[in-house]
Amino acid sequence: MITSRQLCTFYLDGHLFGVDAQTVQEVIRYQEMTRVPQSPAAVSGLINLRGQIVTAIDLRTRLGLTPRDADKLPMNVVVRSDDGAVSLLVDQIGDVIEVEPENFETPPDTLHGAARELVQGAYKLDGRLLLLLNCDEAVELVHE
Amino acid sequence: MSNEDAELLKEFAVESQEHLSDIENQLLTLESQGDNMDVALVNTVFRAIHSIKGAAGFMGLDTLGGLAHRAEEVLNRLRNKELRPTSVVINTLLKAADRLKDLIDEIETSNDADVSDHLAALERILSGETTEETPAPTSVQAETEPYRPQAATLTDEALREFLIESYDNLEQVERDLLTLEREPKSESVLNSVFRNIHTIKGSAGFLAYGTLERVAHVTENVLGSVRSGQIGMDPEVSECMFRSVDAIRKILKSIESTRTDGADPMTHLISNIEALHGTKLKEALAMVHSAIPKTDSTSPTPIPSQPAATIASAPAPSGAAPSGVAPSGVAPTGAAPSGVAPNGVAPAAKAVPPVAPAAPPSKSAKSDEPQNKASNANSNTNGEGSAADSTIRVDVALLDKLMTRVGELVLARNQILQFNSTINDNALYSATQRLNLITTELQEGVMKTRMQPIGTVWSKFPRLVRDLAAICEKEVRIEMEGKETELDKTIIEAIKDPLTHLVRNTVDHGIERPEVRREKGKPTEGCLTLRAYHEGGQVNIEICDDGAGLNLDRIKAKAVERGLMTQDAVARMADRDVGNLIFLPGFSTAEKVSNVSGRGVGMDVVKTNIEKIGGTVDLQSKSGLGTTIKIKIPLTLAIIPALIVTSDSDRYAIPQVNLLELVRLEGEQTRKGIEWIQGAPVYRLRGRLLPLVYLRHELGIVDATQDLDREIVNIVVLRADDRQFGLVVDRINDSEEIVVKPLSKQLKNVSVYSGTTIMGDGRVALILDVMGIAQSAHVISGARDRTMTDSSDRNESNKSQMQTLLVLGVGPNRRFALPIGQVTRLEKIAADSVEHADHQEVVQYRGEILPLIRLSDTLGVNSMNGGDDLMDVVVYTESGRSVGLVVDQIVDIVETELVNTRPAHRVGLTHSAVIQGHVTDLLDLPAVIRMVDPSFFQDHVNV
Repeated sequence: MITSRQLCTFYLDGHLFGVDAQTVQEVIRYQEMTRVPQSPAAVSGLINLRGQIVTAIDLRTRLGLTPRDADKLPMNVVVRSDDGAVSLLVDQIGDVIEVEPENFETPPDTLHGAARELVQGAYKLDGRLLLLLNCDEAVELVHE
Repeated sequence: MSNEDAELLKEFAVESQEHLSDIENQLLTLESQGDNMDVALVNTVFRAIHSIKGAAGFMGLDTLGGLAHRAEEVLNRLRNKELRPTSVVINTLLKAADRLKDLIDEIETSNDADVSDHLAALERILSGETTEETPAPTSVQAETEPYRPQAATLTDEALREFLIESYDNLEQVERDLLTLEREPKSESVLNSVFRNIHTIKGSAGFLAYGTLERVAHVTENVLGSVRSGQIGMDPEVSECMFRSVDAIRKILKSIESTRTDGADPMTHLISNIEALHGTKLKEALAMVHSAIPKTDSTSPTPIPSQPAATIASAPAPSGAAPSGVAPSGVAPTGAAPSGVAPNGVAPAAKAVPPVAPAAPPSKSAKSDEPQNKASNANSNTNGEGSAADSTIRVDVALLDKLMTRVGELVLARNQILQFNSTINDNALYSATQRLNLITTELQEGVMKTRMQPIGTVWSKFPRLVRDLAAICEKEVRIEMEGKETELDKTIIEAIKDPLTHLVRNTVDHGIERPEVRREKGKPTEGCLTLRAYHEGGQVNIEICDDGAGLNLDRIKAKAVERGLMTQDAVARMADRDVGNLIFLPGFSTAEKVSNVSGRGVGMDVVKTNIEKIGGTVDLQSKSGLGTTIKIKIPLTLAIIPALIVTSDSDRYAIPQVNLLELVRLEGEQTRKGIEWIQGAPVYRLRGRLLPLVYLRHELGIVDATQDLDREIVNIVVLRADDRQFGLVVDRINDSEEIVVKPLSKQLKNVSVYSGTTIMGDGRVALILDVMGIAQSAHVISGARDRTMTDSSDRNESNKSQMQTLLVLGVGPNRRFALPIGQVTRLEKIAADSVEHADHQEVVQYRGEILPLIRLSDTLGVNSMNGGDDLMDVVVYTESGRSVGLVVDQIVDIVETELVNTRPAHRVGLTHSAVIQGHVTDLLDLPAVIRMVDPSFFQDHVNV
């Protein structure tokens, strides 16, 4: 069994999500984006990250959640992937939390939709659940 | 003294200096490491010295070779841990290395130089002054049991170096062997082959790649015999040499991937080579024997060769290294009619003391060659002492990184240039101008570092052509022009396969068999010419042959048979276009098609690959005279000129290569200029209908029904495949050099973009894929015959016969056509708006009364859809009077050359012709109108 790991957490539509802190390259505030017409819906646009072009994926869209209020600007969680950096757009950034494997549970069968594929499971924290996001899957949009 | 020899010596000097330059530091490192010395490092030094030794010996630089030899022995001891890298040892080696450098700097006099003190110092070390063990007395023994490092202990770098070097050597060998086939007596080439194989053998032996060593060894033996004139370089030997080159390459590949030289010990090949060598020697011997009594009575007493057996058991390096030390000794051996064992050449040479230039003439008359070489080439080499410093090897990854950084700099520069226009400051202005200049130069410089001559790709073709020609039983000579033409590394890689394919095709199909050529009065040897040159910021590559040319009739037949073109379309095509048919996908999916059609195995793939990097392919063929395939490719892919356009406040970049022209329509022009055919907008560009594509529709930002009545329309005329179309954008900004960045994985499937870039203001812009847009807008589609038909008007000579026709459908299967010039407008008119006046159907049209003529009634054809709500009407206007021609269907607009026409007999028709595979009647519109309204033209005359 895996020992304790650190998760970088963030909020999406009131839920607390986390990705392995190791995969996170950086967290930055909202950036101007260039929209990409004809792209998969989850692609919000392209960001110039110090000369590197990074695709921004709106996790709300990706997870099938309700769209973010227009007046709220998302944050960028830039993660490393096989194909270079990808930015995940989230509502708000949380702490880096150390989680223990014994608190982990696989997602309930009632979970359905896109979330079913993308949420690997939940860590039971005091008073709330931390959903573990499958980062590799989240940036994979080919099936769209 | 040929240039090649001077070249060789220069090369040797450069190479050796390169080897030596590193040795100093490496030795010092070894000293500091003491007992924990890095064996791999010793190996590196050993190998460097060994290379120098081999080459020096081979060139007859005996003093140099001798010194290197001693130094090598000391290193060997170090390697075997029989010696410790004490300061005495290292000092001596350093001094020896310095002396070697000096000797190389003065190659001319190197043989007369005194190195005895260095030799003595090295000897002292060897004789055990710093070690208890008794040293082996001779080099042969020292090398007989060399320390064999495990391949696994080799550092990756050392291994890579070995591989790179060996591949280089091998390539040279291949080139030289090809040259030898043409001029089998060329000493310098033969020497070069020998030396390269020897180097491979040496390294292989040292790195304990037994199979490789053995193969190289037997190969070297054969070459040795050839070199000494014992056997000739006949086709059989040559073929055998090529086989071993292939075997060596195979082994190197295996080393590259598995670090071992493969499971296959190649015993079969080795014994084959040995057998051939033996046979050849015997043959030669027989000839010599018979010749001696008559002609060679004055030849020196045969020198008894050393018992071959004692040496033959020794591993590879032993045989060859000494032969290099005293190359001039080879000559008498060659002449010696003694029973020389297959690998006896080298030992025999070893036994003979270096012979003076006046050595008895041998068959190859090569006796004083090395000396000559040494002295004559000297004038060249003297000034080249620093040549080694003028080139360095750089990791490609580093260059790529540099390229990216320069890309960033270009962007930053663009940003600052923009400030310039808003801030009025002279100092800032001049500073930015300087920055601009320097950035441009830097960009050019860095791009240059990534440039490689196209010769690197071509170098493998002579061999390819040779082998293919042999298989096809043809005689083909390959010629190259512009080998030094440089291209970006990525492009070089991208064109490698397409070029290989084309060359293969040319030999396979383009060039005829010798007997056919003779019949046609051509030289039996076909010529394949590769040509490369720069032109207008692009690189042109041509592949020409003097073969049969394309069999156009066969191609036409095939195209029809495969359903790619209609019989008729083919018949109308210009020869030039027929040739290009072979690039159509599906033209040659089956192998047998290529055999009958002349060319075309996967030619579409060639075309696609070249187009992928922004290039174009064109083919010209003259029956009986040959074929020329011309490829145009950009110099680099990393930074391209592009047109920046705006659509809905987003900027997009359009690669300049796709751009033809820009058209701006305003006010009245907009309303008049853009016409509609079946809901598709077109613009008449110099009499030609240009389909229009609205970028914002294609991108799905708004749907097609919106904003059709704009005041100003900007049209970017683009070329996709052979079609032209106009892309309507909101604004045309500027032309800019952009740095192309690939699309991320998430966007790879979006066909309308080809990449991304960062604009001067730091924002990201998408690069439009013109082909992708054309496809998604159905400008180009599966209807290839239209494409090909249209393309023919590029050919100026055809232009006069080309006509643009509007094709109309009446009834279930009748087709009529009329010149587009006679058409004023195409309209859809509601059937219930038809009124009657003067026994004629009329409609109110633009405030006038438009008389209608039903084509079906007039020409007596059954109409198909009389009950439709909307009627298609072709409006014809003559001097302010209009008439509407009601048809069932507006089929298409085609540009075509009218051939195979047949005069029509009915009134109202001029000809019948075949258009797009349908028999079509060409309308005589004035006659049709006259049939219905005889006064239409008379009135006009009266007015």
